[in-house]
Amino acid sequence: MLFKKVMSIQVRFFASLRERVGHTRLSIESAGIATARDVWHAVSASPLDEEMLVAINKAYASLDKAVSDGDEVAFFPPVTGG
Amino acid sequence: MRVEIRETAFDPWLEVSAFRRDHLAAGRIGASAVFVGTMRDFNEGDDVKSMVLEHYPGMTEQHLETMTQDAISKHQLSDALVIHRVGTILPADDIVLVAAFSAHRKEALIACREMMETLKSTAPFWKKESLASGERWVEKNTAG
Repeated sequence: MLFKKVMSIQVRFFASLRERVGHTRLSIESAGIATARDVWHAVSASPLDEEMLVAINKAYASLDKAVSDGDEVAFFPPVTGG
Repeated sequence: MRVEIRETAFDPWLEVSAFRRDHLAAGRIGASAVFVGTMRDFNEGDDVKSMVLEHYPGMTEQHLETMTQDAISKHQLSDALVIHRVGTILPADDIVLVAAFSAHRKEALIACREMMETLKSTAPFWKKESLASGERWVEKNTAG
């Protein structure tokens, strides 16, 4: 018997953005998703905040960077450590 | 090189002392430049009771390791040590330690400053302050 593999992208949110979105993690189907910007539009109806930062597989990336099945895409506000 | 995220309070001066004793060859280091960041009980005109520091497990460590390795290569450091707290932090707790060790002072001082500025502007950490009036996210770090 054949099983159809569901292609997915893991999405994570941190800090104030997590509270705004209301999720820590989401899993979305990767069909129709080409870039990190597409991921944002798939999870939120809100416009993109210009200051928002993006990481793909735990490395900083631009919103227009390509994402693939199995990637982890994270969105977060400007960092305030130290 | 050592990079650590800590969930409990630490004494940066003991850490520097132990690191020098355990990891640096005696007689080879002429300069130790150390920065320690400590939590204040005030920010933007308000009293701050405590704060929670959040990070991105995996990315934060990787980011700090790359930053530290780059600084060691660029400035020909003998070694470097970075420790950063996460979790609930109280005023007067130390938050961050950045230490650079080299043969001469110039490299250690420059590298320590550069690593600290890189950490502040790019390492994935976020602060949420607890005030008498409620909680608020720190939106931006100060310029210097």
